[in-house]
Amino acid sequence: MILTVNHVTTYDYDAPMGAAVQSLRMFPSRFEGQRVIEWDVSVEGGLRGGSFRDGAGDRVEGWSIRPPVDEVAITVKGQVETFDTSGVLRGHRELVHPMAYLRETVATWIDDSLAALAEEAVAGATEDLNRAHRLSAAISEAIAYKPGATHSHTTAAEALAQGEGVCQDHAHALVAVARCVDLPARYVSGYLFATDDGTPHEAAHAWGEIWVAGIGWIGFDPANKCCPDERYIRLGSGLDAREAAPIRGITQGSGEERLHVTVALDQVQQ
Amino acid sequence: MTEYFNEMFDGGKVRQPYNGLDGWMREMPSELRAMKQAEAEALFRRIGITFAVYGEGGDPDRLIPFDMFPRVFTQPEWRKLERGIKQRARALNAFLLDVYGRGEIVRAGRIPARLVYQNDAYERAVSGFIPPRGIYSHIVGVDLVRTGPDQFYVLEDNCRTPSGVSYMLENREIMMRMFPQLFRENRIEPVDGYSDALRRTLASVAPTKCEGEPTVAILTPGHFNSAYYEHSFLADLMGVELVEGPDLFCEGGFCWMRTTEGPKKLDVIYRRIDDAFLDPLCFRPDSMLGIPGLMDVYRSGGVSICSAPGAGVADDKAIYTFVPEMVRFYLGEEPLLENVPTWQCAKKDDCKYVLENLSELVVKEVHGSGGYGMLVGPKSTKEQIENFRHKIEDNPENYIAQPTLALSTTPTFVEEGVAPRHVDLRPYCLVGEKVELVPGGLTRVALTEGSLVVNSSQGGGVKDTWVLAE
Repeated sequence: MILTVNHVTTYDYDAPMGAAVQSLRMFPSRFEGQRVIEWDVSVEGGLRGGSFRDGAGDRVEGWSIRPPVDEVAITVKGQVETFDTSGVLRGHRELVHPMAYLRETVATWIDDSLAALAEEAVAGATEDLNRAHRLSAAISEAIAYKPGATHSHTTAAEALAQGEGVCQDHAHALVAVARCVDLPARYVSGYLFATDDGTPHEAAHAWGEIWVAGIGWIGFDPANKCCPDERYIRLGSGLDAREAAPIRGITQGSGEERLHVTVALDQVQQ
Repeated sequence: MTEYFNEMFDGGKVRQPYNGLDGWMREMPSELRAMKQAEAEALFRRIGITFAVYGEGGDPDRLIPFDMFPRVFTQPEWRKLERGIKQRARALNAFLLDVYGRGEIVRAGRIPARLVYQNDAYERAVSGFIPPRGIYSHIVGVDLVRTGPDQFYVLEDNCRTPSGVSYMLENREIMMRMFPQLFRENRIEPVDGYSDALRRTLASVAPTKCEGEPTVAILTPGHFNSAYYEHSFLADLMGVELVEGPDLFCEGGFCWMRTTEGPKKLDVIYRRIDDAFLDPLCFRPDSMLGIPGLMDVYRSGGVSICSAPGAGVADDKAIYTFVPEMVRFYLGEEPLLENVPTWQCAKKDDCKYVLENLSELVVKEVHGSGGYGMLVGPKSTKEQIENFRHKIEDNPENYIAQPTLALSTTPTFVEEGVAPRHVDLRPYCLVGEKVELVPGGLTRVALTEGSLVVNSSQGGGVKDTWVLAE
């Protein structure tokens, strides 16, 4: 599948602000499931900073905008050819030891309910792959997709208690329960192309990856009850949404910030 | 009754290194001594060196007692120590480079993966990044104790930002001012080369993008920090800027320092703030001390940070046990300095042993520092021991235990005259283009009679430390 991406993120402020600094993780991962045809990230009026690939294989680029800043607009435009690898992150070069992904964070803190859900889901399952599938299915079951029910700081435990949430909540809950049964897991951010089959989804998407010894990292998307396939574009990963965020930024000043996002994914007919 | 090694007296005989001090001690009238002690105190107050060593907290304006009786090493003693410390500093750096790379030592099964990768100090954000010259810890403070003429043990390593070096320099300065004749009569190796050596070390790890003479600065959390004096003292000695977070900004892949003549590119940051506060974009988002974007600049080779973020995983108390293994694994050498045997309460058998022998052991918190939250079995009451027993039972992972070491003593001025007091030693090893060690270090002394705790927060003082030239 060839997918085009047009993604514009705008922060505007009601008062002139000081300098803005951004750390962007908005470049498609290099692995067998995707090949970049073209890709461009730019920040309007910004200065490009250092760029590097981190130990987890993500490309990160720094940007800054000199003051006064009244708007930060980040534009991503590109075209990627994708392939279905059944969720397996094959051919992805990275260095980080899987065990570094067993650590809990505030957003993925394991409470009694998450622990109970994890234990119940994997009961009787011995193989890690099977356990991972069961955990993902259990999260799909336990948290219904409902936009607006949660916010960006909702934790996995809170989303489970509420029983509803969006892809971020599903992904947080999945990595939390996986770590709970000693399976290294991480939060992945990327894009999802919407086909017209009526499945709920968000174009700017998030899912989880679980480490299965002998196979490697495998993606699971509890929000859509599947493993990532050719409809997905993977950008980067981290212990939770904050770490994996495509955009991390700070704008100095006390003005009120408003966020606008437009994401368009289209399939190029061949 | 434990026998303690007295570094000056062997029975009634004066050991050779202290020959030059025996007469000085005997001939000093007590009035002169009191006068000199007052003078020393006044000098310390005037220069403002009142901070707590090693981030121990406590009253930042409290003066740490200075004991005028120097502690002395001979050249052969020192050379042996020096070789051991340098070896350890090289091994610790090799370990850091390895665990942020392929992790060969873990693959080889020599250190448990969990201990490294699940360690809070393991910084995933820098894995895969190779700092200039592959060095993570540029200033390694190795804390040593002595138990016999040839027996030294390493208590702990400090790979992040070991403090206290300003005491090493000031103690010497003050001794030379007060007792110039001692420095004429004895040939003592100088320590004042430290600041030049530190400057050279820092400049030698400038990033690849740096052209020409590197600009170095010390990054401090500010004047409210207990070690602020040391930060400004070192900046002065090296002739570099002392900066705080708001003085710096990132742009175009570099880190810049705001100056009256406009922005100046900064190449090497000797930071005296913790990883968590370096960059709110990468670490703690609520950090007011950090510089947004610094970690991106660092990881793309625009600036060097000393010590490198993530260096703390090498000086964790649980990792400490494995340092001799690191020496063998990376250097193919036998460790020259010994570790103190350590029981990990996280291990069932170890924990059982510890609980059965609490009255003879020293128990410490795994992440603790500064002599707080520790139990010195032989010096504790039954009640204190029982109290600690419950703490260990509740949270065994949090504790390690070591035998109570018979720390050596050196003569120390006390109210009644001169008496033996227990000491330790922290030399500062610099790792850059070269691995170097100035001949000396910081000697801490437990001023309370019989006390084995030398931390300044627990009534410890400091001494000038001499290495005799041959």
